[in-house]
Amino acid sequence: MLTRRIIPCLDVKDNRVVKGVNFLNLRDAGDPVELGARYSDEGADELVFLDITATIRSRDTIVDLVERVAENVFIPFTVGGGIYTVEHMDTLLRSGAEKVSVNTAAVENPGLLAEAAKRFGNQCVVLAIDARRSTKQQGKWIVTVKAGTEPTDIDAVEWAVRGEQLGAGEILLTSMDADGTKAGYDNELNKAITDAVNIPVIASGGAGKLDHLYDAIIDGNADAVLMASITHFGNYNIRQMKEYLRDRGIPMNL
Amino acid sequence: MIVVIDYNVGNVKSVCGAFRHLGYESELSCEPKVVEDAWGLVLPGVAAFGYAINALGSLAGLIKELATGGKPLLGICVGYQMLFDESSEYGRHEGLGLISGKVVPIPSGRVIPHMGWNLVELPEDMDLFTGLGEERHFYFAHSYCAEVSDEQARIAYTDYGFDLVASVQKGNIYGVQFHPEKSGNHGLQVLKNFHEICRKSAT
Repeated sequence: MLTRRIIPCLDVKDNRVVKGVNFLNLRDAGDPVELGARYSDEGADELVFLDITATIRSRDTIVDLVERVAENVFIPFTVGGGIYTVEHMDTLLRSGAEKVSVNTAAVENPGLLAEAAKRFGNQCVVLAIDARRSTKQQGKWIVTVKAGTEPTDIDAVEWAVRGEQLGAGEILLTSMDADGTKAGYDNELNKAITDAVNIPVIASGGAGKLDHLYDAIIDGNADAVLMASITHFGNYNIRQMKEYLRDRGIPMNL
Repeated sequence: MIVVIDYNVGNVKSVCGAFRHLGYESELSCEPKVVEDAWGLVLPGVAAFGYAINALGSLAGLIKELATGGKPLLGICVGYQMLFDESSEYGRHEGLGLISGKVVPIPSGRVIPHMGWNLVELPEDMDLFTGLGEERHFYFAHSYCAEVSDEQARIAYTDYGFDLVASVQKGNIYGVQFHPEKSGNHGLQVLKNFHEICRKSAT
């Protein structure tokens, strides 16, 4: 049986891992390669590296970082942040990334998803959605872009469905409202998206306690759970998370 | 030395990195002479089938000839899928035809792609899986799967609501749908075993 996945996320800025609250007030959390290797040793199922400066400053994501991670870590990892072209994706995949994630670039140019899927296969193409609860309509979420700084008028559920049709093979779904709060995932959002698409969904934003992970999987039906603050700052290690979930009946690779 | 076929698709470097981590030399190459002199060949790949088989180009004929002649070959993911006769991913494409079967979409009614760690039931006495016991988790990431018509070639399965063939072997030709280079220590063991197969075959 396919196991549910535990995915630490490493937000990278100037070659350091950082973490903020609601995408602001960044704290230093260490060296990306060292931290990635540590999580792999602890039993992480995958890693996500997001170059959080890239979108705003429009600079290339760090190919060098990807190469160093690939030399040292033998589990899959996704890289995202500032990826706008298929050529750029190709460079990152050839450097050792298993998947690439796109966010703003896909909103601006949805055809990028189709182009990437045709070349790399859809299993390589992750659509990252930063969703925020709509202030106008209850039970709706809107897509934000440019690292959460710009709201759009796109409905997050509709965008997820369209992304799947275009060729995305996975959705990395971050709740902007919950991100960094450690108050739990937005499982209404997770459920709305997992009900609407047939590709795997990684729930992100809000993990603070072990039962939050369980709730995202059971209530949100997430295929994978992503977390940053609770692993970087030492609250729990990956093995503890996996043992906890396994003991509550969720299939885990342990 | 093992040669990892370099044909302009994703993830080729990860396989070399894994061999290096194990303390083995390997070379990333698309030079026919280097490929011919190899102990064994790894055909890796993160790509759509059509893109991959086109990128392989004239090397396809050489790989087929060498594998038919007894050189150990390990296909990984789309490299595994290319061992079969054909695929229907984004149009019909011919494969290497080394093992009878065709590559088709994973049957609907489940989350697709099949993405993540799934438990693979391992056969006894298969040199590719030496030291791994009866079952292990490996990392999968694919939307298409092989319908293997050569029954003798199917050596390992995983459960994804149906019996999905996770590995094939026909003599010196091996294939794995999962990514050993991304499956942690157990994946590294598979690559170590393949290295041993190649070393024995070369001496």
